[in-house]
Amino acid sequence: MSTRLEKHGRLIDRSKPVSFTFNGNSFRGYSGDTLASALLANDQLMMGRSFKYHRPRGPVASGAEEPNALVGLGEGSRFEPNQRATTTELFDGLKAISQNHWPNLDFDIGAVNTAMARFLPAGFYYKTFIHPQPFWKHVYEPFIRQSAGLGKAPDKEARDADTYEHFYAFTDILVIGGGIAGLLAARAAARSGAKVLLMEQTVHWGGRAPVDGGTVDGKPVDKAVDDLVAELQAMENVTLRLRCMGAGVYDHGYALGYERLTDHIPGTQGPRHRLWRIRAKQIVTATGAIERPLSFAGNDVPGVMLASAMRDYVVNWGVTPGQRVLVVTNNDDAYRTAITLHEAGVKVLRILDARNSAGPLADRARELGIRVDPGKGIAKVKGGKRVKTVAICNQDGVGGAREEIEVDAVAMSGGWSPVVHLWSHCGGKLIWDEAQAHFRPDPDRPPLGADGYGFVRAAGTANGPLDLSTVLRDAQVQGEAAALAAGFAPDTSEAPKGETETEAPMKPVWLMPANADKQLRMKAWLDFQNDVKVSDVRLAAQEGYESVEHTKRYTTLGMATDQGKLSNINGLAILADALGEEIPRVGTTTFRPPYTPISLASIAGEARGEIFQPIRRTPMHDWHAKNGAEWEPVGHWRRPYTYKRPGESTHDAVNREVKNTRDNLGLLDASTLGKIIVKGPDAGRFLDMLYTNMMSTLKVGKCRYGLMCSENGFLIDDGVVARIDDDTWLCHTTTGGAERIHAHMEEWLQTEWWDWKVYVANVTEQYAQVAVVGPNARKVLEKLGGMDLGAAALGFMEWADGKIGDFDARAYRISFSGELSFEIAVPASQGQAFWDALMKAGQEFGVMPYGTECLHILRAEKGFIMIGDETDGTVIPQDLGLNWAISKKKDDYLGKRAQERPHMTDPDRWKLVGLETVDGSVLPDGAYAVGEGVNANGQRNTIGRVTSTYYSANLDRGIAMGLVKHGPDRMGEVLELPGTDGKTYKAKIVEPVFYDPKGEKQNV
Amino acid sequence: MLLLHCPYCGVDAEETELSPGGEAHLTRHGPGASDDDFHDYLFTRENPRGVHFDRWRHAHGCGKWFHAARCTQTLEVFGTYSAQTSAPPQKICDAISKKRPGWSWRDLS
Amino acid sequence: MSDAKSALNNASFDGIARVEECGLQGMITLRGDLGSEGMSKAVKDAVGQGMPGQREVKVEGDTGAIWMSPDELLLLVPHARADETCASLAETLRGEHALAVNVSDARALFRVSGSPAREVMGKLAPVDFAPGAFEPGHIRRSRMAQVSAAFWMDDAESFRIICFRSTADYVFKLLKAAAQPGSAVKYYA
Repeated sequence: MSTRLEKHGRLIDRSKPVSFTFNGNSFRGYSGDTLASALLANDQLMMGRSFKYHRPRGPVASGAEEPNALVGLGEGSRFEPNQRATTTELFDGLKAISQNHWPNLDFDIGAVNTAMARFLPAGFYYKTFIHPQPFWKHVYEPFIRQSAGLGKAPDKEARDADTYEHFYAFTDILVIGGGIAGLLAARAAARSGAKVLLMEQTVHWGGRAPVDGGTVDGKPVDKAVDDLVAELQAMENVTLRLRCMGAGVYDHGYALGYERLTDHIPGTQGPRHRLWRIRAKQIVTATGAIERPLSFAGNDVPGVMLASAMRDYVVNWGVTPGQRVLVVTNNDDAYRTAITLHEAGVKVLRILDARNSAGPLADRARELGIRVDPGKGIAKVKGGKRVKTVAICNQDGVGGAREEIEVDAVAMSGGWSPVVHLWSHCGGKLIWDEAQAHFRPDPDRPPLGADGYGFVRAAGTANGPLDLSTVLRDAQVQGEAAALAAGFAPDTSEAPKGETETEAPMKPVWLMPANADKQLRMKAWLDFQNDVKVSDVRLAAQEGYESVEHTKRYTTLGMATDQGKLSNINGLAILADALGEEIPRVGTTTFRPPYTPISLASIAGEARGEIFQPIRRTPMHDWHAKNGAEWEPVGHWRRPYTYKRPGESTHDAVNREVKNTRDNLGLLDASTLGKIIVKGPDAGRFLDMLYTNMMSTLKVGKCRYGLMCSENGFLIDDGVVARIDDDTWLCHTTTGGAERIHAHMEEWLQTEWWDWKVYVANVTEQYAQVAVVGPNARKVLEKLGGMDLGAAALGFMEWADGKIGDFDARAYRISFSGELSFEIAVPASQGQAFWDALMKAGQEFGVMPYGTECLHILRAEKGFIMIGDETDGTVIPQDLGLNWAISKKKDDYLGKRAQERPHMTDPDRWKLVGLETVDGSVLPDGAYAVGEGVNANGQRNTIGRVTSTYYSANLDRGIAMGLVKHGPDRMGEVLELPGTDGKTYKAKIVEPVFYDPKGEKQNV
Repeated sequence: MLLLHCPYCGVDAEETELSPGGEAHLTRHGPGASDDDFHDYLFTRENPRGVHFDRWRHAHGCGKWFHAARCTQTLEVFGTYSAQTSAPPQKICDAISKKRPGWSWRDLS
Repeated sequence: MSDAKSALNNASFDGIARVEECGLQGMITLRGDLGSEGMSKAVKDAVGQGMPGQREVKVEGDTGAIWMSPDELLLLVPHARADETCASLAETLRGEHALAVNVSDARALFRVSGSPAREVMGKLAPVDFAPGAFEPGHIRRSRMAQVSAAFWMDDAESFRIICFRSTADYVFKLLKAAAQPGSAVKYYA
């Protein structure tokens, strides 16, 4: 059984018991425990089931690399699936549930898959569910969806109760990893005066060095770590961060840190996670190394564990996963586990060493009375929910078992692989180290920064060396080198001297026994999380998957939440063997950030809820909200779509506004329209290039409607331009166009015509602008008093400055509705007061505010185009019958040359017309008109499409505009437009102006 | 994420402050241009694996356009310079020659 | 002038730092040749300050000059004086190619103050706010989360921030989130 030991447990505080639940059962642990160590202390070895075969699984590791012990944590608005029990700090009241089983962990129906394993090899899903096609949607997919997925998603009604944030940090040197190497590298770098940020993913400094033992300058490692931390804490130029993982390294020294602030104290005030967005001149990755499993049959049975993890559980948390342990290894390090277990009073029955000889640690083990069997390996581990027996065989055989012994736990070690993820994220290359049988960073091919030189260096075991003294020397050297590269002068000093037992060389063992037969290979797991076995990788190779990237996708080796931290090297060694290739020629799959999964919410940071994205508000926004506005997003603006009165439907509200504006008086908040000042001696010449028509000839005091095109000839914006004085114009743009057109102007001025004397300024938000529209428009303004707005004083398409009531105003007499209309601009700070004054004065004239839908209907009744409705980035002014707004006199304007291209002058281009349904109904938006015949895909040929369509309350019928092939020449013809509702609509081609075609209403 | 030096306000701006503007040093062809010239002006672009010149606007910053000479493969930046020029300054070309002997881009080398 | 109101009417929030909307502030965009004598004189006359250098702020209270780009300044004047200052700038710069335009109401102004002010800013803008890297007298135009902003320090513990008026509500909520209790980063020790 797995249990708490009397002694040991350097990280737990036995005076602080903590209670928690797992699958509803109450357990106790200690402060300092991880969820995994606390469960082990309670003999809860089995923590979940595997993804594909639902096999019982216990923890195989003790840290971030854990593939098996994934649990659902918390509940309700704080539930989160797939959390690693090995990295979850225990706290009072923690609630965890296990995953991938039904109905419960002990008895699981899906486990039948394991009996079917023979029939579910790699590629099974790809091969099986192809035919017949309809089965995919109705049979296969529903079945797979139900049984697939890792963990369960949070309740769809739940909302994350926590907040998250970003922090932009700038530093000279970022050190990732707070083990002995990271601490030492940080100190070496910091002594140069460089600013150093050191982050460690766990809650403890020192990494595994204190567990592994040895001395640093004669001091125990524990003590050396404490001293280093104290020294770093005292340095002003050093920032130390625990619970902060280096998640990714990116171009130009950018790196992400993932800080978990309240996971161990949920509900505490403040953000739960903080994403550090770091810019560093140099990055040191001191990310350590991960032990590899050995591939033998039954290596996934709960109780089989990495040797280093078993040592961690004993030393760090005072827990032993078993009482009768067998150790199997290909290197000396695992002997430390045997010795540690023995000293903790746990029976170590045997050490199986795949090699024929070992170093001094083996002698030490023998002295303690532990039996060491050289040249031996495991043929098979037997057991269901826990290890029961181990069959021992010769490593170089086929697995003919010689002896079977009863044990309840197995510690395995297949050697160590440096954590090269962060080195590799941004292009750092690896080399194969024959002696250690691992990939390590190639110092000659680091990730390159903006200056073309390397900006990442690995330090300590992350760089390859495994013995303490080399690790310390390497950390010192890399820390100093980073400081030098960051522009500082490190004082080179001797690294502390590390002393530990010398170790004999390891021996690569990729399969145990080396010639294991098919039966054994089918039970030898490579990837625990995805249930990929040696036999699957060999099958992939046999079926022609030569690339490691393809094999990964075919077998799922190295996918999901652990991204193959334990399985990658073993898997590609098997692949290399099956292909008859050298391991370095097969290569690794791509390492991608993040190092371990980070919360999506931390990536979103503050961007959720009300500040998910900016919402731009006009000065009258609050008034609209209080007066029934239904909102329409226009860019980031919110504009009232209509103002609903109590009991009114949206449709009714729009119709009321449409009629009232034509009959009485309507007010529109037009503040969002872009307003750009263009000033200078060359301003007229500049505007002549920007607009298709002439703006330089516009008289001061007058307004002119203009069109803007891109160099491709397509319409990009329109609006009314007013000439303010001799060298100043004010250009109105569409609501969505202000920033875009301002940028467009700056682009041409800065990058093409930089010698032209023109300044532009975007003054859109300086003004609150109100369209005062309808037969009573002049009356309400005259009632407020001030400037003369009579027809003689301010004619159509003129503007004037003056006072309206108490307000400094600029009045434009322009109309987008066909009614008598003034657009009045006042300073934004007075916008609400001006609106209030108009509403009050307008009572006797039947004033009502109107929204964007009414605006659209009024303009459509008049046949005015709308950028974004009649245009879609492929429409030129000529398509819309706007030739009158294109100057024939100008030699050049943006888009002119493009509009001469053959396709642009093609008489078959679709052109703007009005469309009137035969029965008065409303055409569906975007509907296509169909013509004779079918196209190459067997679809009806199209000859036009609807661009705007509305119900007009004024005309009591549907009206629409559309682009139709030869449209203007086909007046009176009836088109057929099939809808998505199954009906076919019939519409007559008419002139696009439906209302007051002579324009009498606006000229009063 | 790129970090580019804005030659106008002197800030090392990260990519999120900038907006990209495509290839640098295009020659505008307008009315009177041949179909081929106009087509190339609108649509034909370099797509090198290596030295490239492109345009950026310090959109959230000073609002100015500038050019960057950089390597599309390693993302090394050889220099940034004013957009108000029709060819890269000699200093920039020299910096590239030093790091990428034998480089060429359009008719530059 | 009647009932003039700033975007958020002096709203405020107290978290790890204090966040306030500063009310109405006169602002003038001034574009032209910053090296010309006429421009220097115009700036001196308008706000009593010499020409600010690259990324420099010369502001006392509600009056001063801020460098925005090589051909643009932002002048601060009392709100009620903005129009007349624009007019006199135009007068002083007559004959010179320049543009002076009142943008007071197109903007909102915030203050963030308290010892963690640098951190609050550092959560929203991709800018190094460490002492030494950013100090009173510096201006930086950048983004705060998803919108453009410009900011400077009045003293070691307070920033002023300018954004577009339409985004004032968004920026205020951003600053409140960044200043929420319990969120100290303690990076700029």
